[in-house]
This record gives sequence, C-alpha cells and structure tokens, in this order.
Amino acid sequence: MTDDDFDAYRSLSEETDDHRWAFGTGFSDPLEGIDTAVPAGVDGAALASYCLGLGDDALIYSHRLQQWVTRMPELEEETALANIALDLLGQARLLLSRAGRAEGAGRDEDQLAFFRTEGEFRNVRLVEPADADFAELAGRLLIFSAWRLALFGRLTGSADPLLAAIAGQGVKELTYHRDYAAQWVIRLGDGTELSHARMQAALGVIWPLTDELFRADAVAARLPGVAADPATLRAEVDEVLDAVLAAATLDRPGGAPLAPVAGRAGREGVHTEALGYVLAELQSVARAHPDATW
Amino acid sequence: MVTRRAGAGVADGPEMVTREAGDRVAAGLELAREIAAAVPDPEMPMMTLADLGILRHVTAQDGHVVVTITPTYSGCPALTEMARDLRYRLGQAGFADVIVRTELAPAWSSDQITPEGREKLRSAGLAPPGPRPRGRDARGPVPLTLATARREPVACLRCGSRDTEQTAPFGPTACTALFRCGTCREPFEYVKDI
Repeated sequence: MTDDDFDAYRSLSEETDDHRWAFGTGFSDPLEGIDTAVPAGVDGAALASYCLGLGDDALIYSHRLQQWVTRMPELEEETALANIALDLLGQARLLLSRAGRAEGAGRDEDQLAFFRTEGEFRNVRLVEPADADFAELAGRLLIFSAWRLALFGRLTGSADPLLAAIAGQGVKELTYHRDYAAQWVIRLGDGTELSHARMQAALGVIWPLTDELFRADAVAARLPGVAADPATLRAEVDEVLDAVLAAATLDRPGGAPLAPVAGRAGREGVHTEALGYVLAELQSVARAHPDATW
Repeated sequence: MVTRRAGAGVADGPEMVTREAGDRVAAGLELAREIAAAVPDPEMPMMTLADLGILRHVTAQDGHVVVTITPTYSGCPALTEMARDLRYRLGQAGFADVIVRTELAPAWSSDQITPEGREKLRSAGLAPPGPRPRGRDARGPVPLTLATARREPVACLRCGSRDTEQTAPFGPTACTALFRCGTCREPFEYVKDI
C-alpha cells in the first residue's frame, strides 16, 4: 500500500464517472441488493405500516437530537449526541425503505420522510416535544432507548428476516444509547440539590408520554410472529427504569398519562402540536425543491 | 473514462462452458476479490474493507462482479462512499458495471476485525476492540455506577497501563469511544466492541 492510500481526501480528486463534491453526499438505496419480498403469510400492508411507525419514531427523534448539536455543554457530549442521532437516522432510513418496499406503491425513503403530512406520520408522541433543558434530554433519551431496546430485542426474532436484521443491528446501537442516557440521569439525579430537583422535574414533564409506548397497537396485532405486542414490553422497560431511578435517588413520577384523542394517539396519526414545527423544518428544503437530487 | 483491461472479465456468455473460460472466470474473480479487499475505509483509511471484516462476498452473476458488504452501524455514512470506491477501483481494472450489495444479517461485529486490522489500528494509535459482550441478546444490565464500563479494562497504547477510564462512550466516528490513561494521562480512542 502506498502513502497515497492513507489520504482520505485523495479519492475526492480521482477521475471518475461520478461527481464527488464532498464526502458522504451520495445517498443510495440503503436496501440495495437485499431481498425485500414480504414473507409468505405476512400481511404486507400491515408490515409497511408497522415499519413506518418504527421508522418515524427514529426519524423525528433523530431530528430533535440534531437540534441539540452545538448546544451541548461539552465536546464529548456533542459527539455522543451526534452519533446517537446518526444511528437513529440510519435506522429510520432502513425502516422507511422497508416500509416503502412492503407497501409496493413505489415510495422510497425520501418520499416517506419529506412528502407526508403531519397526520400521516405514525411516531409515538414521546419523540415530538423539544427538550426544555439537558435533564429533559437525558430523561427522554433514557425512556426512549430503554423502550426501543426492549422492542428491538423482541424483533430480532421477527418472522420478517429483514426487520429482524434491522433490529439485530439496532440492538447494539441502542444499548450504547441507553447506557449513555442512564449515566447522565444518575449523575444529575444523584448530584447536587439543584441537579436533582431539575432531573426530577424533567421526568415529571416526560412521564405522561410513556404510557403510549405500551398501548395496544392494531397494526402489530395483524402481524403475529412479525411484530411485538407493545404491552408485553412494559415489565422489561420498567425494570430498567426503576433500577436507574433508584440509583439516581429519583422518584418514579405519578400523574395521569397523556390520553389518546378519540381513541387515537401517535401510531394512529394524532400528534402533539410540536410535530408540525419539526416537520416544517425537516421537510422545508425537500418541499421547496422537490426535484432536487443530493 | 474507465479503461478496460483485456482478460479481466468474469464471464463471456456461452464461452463460460469451456474450461479455458471457466479458468478465466476464476482468475478474474480472484483479481476482483483482491481489489475489493484492498479498498480503504473512508473514515479509517489505514484499514481496508477486508481488515474491518465488512467485505462479505465477491461473486459473479451474469458476467458482472457482485461485491457484498455489510454496514458497521445503521447510519454509517461511509457505506455509500465504499460502494462508489468499489465500483471505481474495479472499473479501473476492467470490471464493468460492478454490483455492490448490502447484507444486514448477521450484523457486523467488531470481532470480525482481522488480526492484521487490529495491528494496523494499534499502529495508528487506536486501541483495538476487546471481545464483543455476550449474554442476553448481547444486551447487558444497564450500568448503574458512574464510569463503570461493562468490559475488561482497556490497556493504554502508549504505556500499556490498564489504569484507563472511558471519558466518553462516543468518539469522532460512530465506531470509536474516548479513553484516558490514568498513568501517562494521555487520551486515546478505542474502537468500540459491538
């Protein structure tokens, strides 16, 4: 190997048939060359909706985490958060692509991410509000990643091999996310009087949104062996959260859960006011230049 | 423009049945495999795709070379760049219209980094990963003590001391974490065990 091979920038100037404006500008189908056939006996429409919900959770939350970048207290936290947001964006791309293929209407990840309206999004409401402070960030990330890790742990045995593969990769990433968030919740909760009070207050703000994570899901019910019943995840998630809260000397908040509206919540397309603002930012470039490529 | 080198094609239609052509296919694939294996990782250019263990297969299909790679992380931004580099380098050697495929299962693990790859990481100042954590779905219990890592202590690359601590679980790229040596006080990067 020559010295030139060590220069990451050399390839930018190489003469190729492609345009190489900068590193990482090319986006190709993340499922290129992967068998995306819906397995026999699986309801394709339900599989598409299910993957859409899991993809939307990751897409919206990744965007919220990206909004924190440049606002973190230290460089190490900055890189941590950017990496977590990137992992989730990667999961979102795979899941939205999987949803598009299972749907079979020719929609790709970009169509699904940028050209759906608020009511067509299927994410849980937990990921929508902006964090008011660092304690809310740590608390929401802990709850989200503990729940998603438990969920993906089940999905590694999914009858859809593609969903199982996406979950298998995600489990490794989410373990790091959960552990990172747990460390901060413990540090703040078991820290000073002020950090404890603020961490406890943050949990009080987020907690009403946790009940929805375990709500019965009509789409999952149509996918036996493929999807996980959300209700069955509660014990595993509670065990993790209770252990972290105990170590952090924090109390599990009470208070009423944020109720569904006429029986509908995030998975049915009913969202908090915050989602519209997230989408306005997330989709603005794609909607202003719908034929642009990048 | 891509320059084509004679004899490097992997198949030539009906000729495939002849022994000579069959040998040529095998020789072509061997060359394609060597080229693909030597493609550098865009984020850690001292490592090749083979060193990282992300090159899964190099096969032939309908006269085209098919290269299968696996992502290290779901959001790895380097994957597109790797596919482009594979097509370009193989194209330079005369393999036209190379197909690059992604394989998600089984998911990549840092255990797949080769011994040569670990040596290269070490010489570049990156601590190679320890064995991937095992147990229930590779998920452990959530760590409840601050700064307590689930893994074996990581040895400092400079002084060899095992008195090291993780300063951040995420580094400048998705696959590294930040560490600091308690003896020589130097910070270093550790390739995460996943």
